Amino acid sequence: MELLSFGKTGWGDELIFATIMTLAVSVTAMLIGFIFALIFTPLKLSKNKFFNLIANFYTTIIRGVPELLVIYLFFFGGSSAIMFVASIFGYNDYIEINAFLTGAFSIGIISGAYSTEVFRGAIQSIDKGQFEASNVLGFNKVLRFYKIILPQMLRLSIPNLSNVWQITLKDTSLISVTGLVEIMRQSYIAAGSTRDPLLFYTVAAILYLILTFLSMKIINRLEIKYNKGY
Amino acid sequence: MNIFKKFGLGLLISLFLTISANADKIRIGTEGAYPPWNSKDASGKLIGFEVELAWALCRYIGQQCVIVEQDWDGMIPALQMRKFDAIMAGMSITDERKKVITFSQGYADEVASLAVMKGSDLEGMETPEGINLSLGGSGVNKALKTITGALAGKTVCTQTGTIHQNFLESGDVGKVNVRTYKTQDDVNLDLASGRCDVALAAAVAFTDYAEKSGKPVVLVGPTFSGGAFGNGVGVGLRQASQMGEDSAQGKRDAALLKAFNKAIDQARKDGVISRLAIKHFGFDASM
Amino acid sequence: MDFDLIINSFPKLLFASITTLKLLSVSLFIGLFIGLFFAILRIKNNIILGKIAYGYSYTFRGTPLLVQIFIIYYGFGQVELIRESFLWAILKEPYWCAVIAFALNTGAYTSEILRSAFQTIKPGFIEAGKSLGVPNKLIFYKIQIPIAIRQSLPAYGNEIILMLKGTSLASTVTLMDLTGVAKYIISTTFKPIEVFIIAGSIYLFFTFIIHNVIKFLEKKYSF
Repeated sequence: MELLSFGKTGWGDELIFATIMTLAVSVTAMLIGFIFALIFTPLKLSKNKFFNLIANFYTTIIRGVPELLVIYLFFFGGSSAIMFVASIFGYNDYIEINAFLTGAFSIGIISGAYSTEVFRGAIQSIDKGQFEASNVLGFNKVLRFYKIILPQMLRLSIPNLSNVWQITLKDTSLISVTGLVEIMRQSYIAAGSTRDPLLFYTVAAILYLILTFLSMKIINRLEIKYNKGY
Repeated sequence: MNIFKKFGLGLLISLFLTISANADKIRIGTEGAYPPWNSKDASGKLIGFEVELAWALCRYIGQQCVIVEQDWDGMIPALQMRKFDAIMAGMSITDERKKVITFSQGYADEVASLAVMKGSDLEGMETPEGINLSLGGSGVNKALKTITGALAGKTVCTQTGTIHQNFLESGDVGKVNVRTYKTQDDVNLDLASGRCDVALAAAVAFTDYAEKSGKPVVLVGPTFSGGAFGNGVGVGLRQASQMGEDSAQGKRDAALLKAFNKAIDQARKDGVISRLAIKHFGFDASM
Repeated sequence: MDFDLIINSFPKLLFASITTLKLLSVSLFIGLFIGLFFAILRIKNNIILGKIAYGYSYTFRGTPLLVQIFIIYYGFGQVELIRESFLWAILKEPYWCAVIAFALNTGAYTSEILRSAFQTIKPGFIEAGKSLGVPNKLIFYKIQIPIAIRQSLPAYGNEIILMLKGTSLASTVTLMDLTGVAKYIISTTFKPIEVFIIAGSIYLFFTFIIHNVIKFLEKKYSF
């Protein structure tokens, strides 16, 4: 048990830090995913066939291909992308894309595909009367989206978004290829150093369970708060 | 739209802020998991033959160095992504790798060997001491045949993305059941636990493991060099043509190659490489 | 775009997908029985059994599949006791370690799907059986299970696809499945985009087939 203690000889403090890192990456990825979802959901629901195609392309491929492959693509293919971006700006001296952003971005893209589906389902389940009423009142499309649709969509999405959050949280275990020290990687380092994989991977499982448990409690609170009045 | 503009601006600013201000420091990437070439001490600091050699070479070049840790399977992509400027991670110079990066001259050589746990039926394989696959010849072919027979039906473990994996899959030893692992450490673990019948890696990696862990790991068969095993270990660098030879980046990369080659010549002349090699390997592995 | 690479690596990747499919089918098969077992535990009126089943399902759904594989492969592999016992014959092979991890994982999700299917069967069906004098055991086998299976088809189809993606984690314990071989090709040719296109397409192709088979079964067995 001393192995888990805090301080120099114990791994306790490294593991706590890794847990915070896992949370940080998950939250960032979830937010990046939201940005993607806010872009692709309107594309999916638009009348334009081409936009539909792009959005469907995104959600089908990212949700249908294993996360490991998506992460490899972004990590190993990142250099081509960066070269491309750099050439647009003329030249860039040192583009140090840190491990955190790379990892969060890869997971974020995956999370975004799921969030897109959630938002789409939520919007489609909003009573058509809302759209008609906003038309009658003279709202233009943009105003309608921000003032009427978006708030309702967010409320309706909470249950399914909690699933997306669980998926995102667990997917962060896969980004060790970027070198980011989150729970899995820290356990791997500790297990290798102490030759006690059973202890550290079990601890990792417990840490994830704690995160899952806390998440559920917080999301339940959110659901209650936002459903007041319905 | 204002929110998006602000966010976009914020993103750009944070991207630029992460651009390193260390324009004149040389960043060198190493694995930190391949003793005695490179490894980590108990506190997590990078140590080993190449870490010390890197400091020495930078002294000759006259610039400051930063040593960066990187997982083996992402080593070359990280170099191309400019996470660092040079690779010193026991990476052998092979034609395959030369397609995407360039190497300085070799600074040290290593031989590979098969290893088993004591008591394995592969012990006492009848082969010459060492074979060089580049030289070829009947002796080499006979040795390869012996090895093919010995390995048939056995599980051979090695690290992913290494010259050792390339050799096992090249067909020179017939069809082998190859298992690849992320790090040499994982290979050692599964060899010791009995999941692998035999493993292939740098000879010094096994002797180092046997020493540190006390497990009865025994080298068997000949030591390998040449052919798929490459021509020594050198400093991996970006090709100048990657960003365009006339760009500032391309010129910088080309200059770095020249600087490393010159530094290696000087270090070799001063006996620095030999000294460090004897210190870490126990014998003079310098080229 | 290196088309030669695409053409050359296609056969290797196709061959590796056989491993992927093997892993998928064996894991799903075992997982289905595990799931059924724990679902039944949940719907019985026994509080203790119900809590055990809930605990199992919560643990395996709340932790990443990667952790589960690592505990079974690396964790159990280092325990001397296991290495001496007869279990070692199974746990020695990464294939079985992966299958055990996948089966336990899909078992947890399947038990949730089946449980919710059992609990949402229209009571009318069961009442009809009772009023006809059908014994309880027979009601269970002839009425509840078939209806539950039919009701879980959409969700289970989703689970199959999720498991297909899950098999890619077998590459982290040395198995050369589709993802493992794709990783290898990427790391030797440094052309991730081309390899991703093929490997991704093969996965998508399987997803497409599974999706349509489930749709077909749904139509065929609708009532």
